Amino acid sequence: MQTAPYAVTTDTLNLEALIHAVASTPPDTAVGPGGITSFVGVVRNENAGRRVLRLEYEGYEPLALRAFDRIGTETADHWNVRVALHHRLGTLQIGEASVMIAAASPHRADAFAACRYIIERVKQIVPIWKHEFFEGGDVWIEGATADPDDDTARQDAIRVAGE
Amino acid sequence: MSEPVSSIRVNVRLFARLKDIVGTGELARRAPLGATARTVWETMVSEFAELGNYEGSISVAVNEEYSRMDAPVADGDEVAFLPPVSGG
Repeated sequence: MQTAPYAVTTDTLNLEALIHAVASTPPDTAVGPGGITSFVGVVRNENAGRRVLRLEYEGYEPLALRAFDRIGTETADHWNVRVALHHRLGTLQIGEASVMIAAASPHRADAFAACRYIIERVKQIVPIWKHEFFEGGDVWIEGATADPDDDTARQDAIRVAGE
Repeated sequence: MSEPVSSIRVNVRLFARLKDIVGTGELARRAPLGATARTVWETMVSEFAELGNYEGSISVAVNEEYSRMDAPVADGDEVAFLPPVSGG
């Protein structure tokens, strides 16, 4: 079964599928992976001093997939990696995975940096929202104003990723 | 005999808190010929004043692509207004 590199889904995420998607060895002429890194974001039981009960994720799916594709292109422009990025939507309980990223590279430094870059960019430009249900109420979490053309934000993500 | 077209119809999409304010995530609105995404947003704010709180922080997408508030919109376009995002 072929796993798409980019996906937005209400199904449980599967890290092995992402790793499989980035791990394939290229033709003889190209250098294959020497390391694969991954990042798994999970639902935390606390936020801003509130006891979180669950999160409900909403997304604008077609635009989210385009944003994933854009982030993938940006990442490949900067590091020698193959990447996969899956994000969950719907109701998630504490501890469940909301996002998974895998990056394969001939060398580990690129793989680590790419994973970090991708999660920073997800938080900056992907049209997905957390509806937090906590003890005593609920609130929509609002982070960054999404602007893919904001180069300052992109440079921030590169800096955090460590070049 | 068709009459001269003087207005367009767009599909407005709203998400997260914006959807809660309006009570639906999808609705159709008319806009004058030559309208921009901003024209559509202003129509929405005039109807749902609380949306005005998001004036400085929304993003806009036209036909499933990120766009700008000054981008022209055409008949049948999907115009989506996005509050600050919080994925991950």
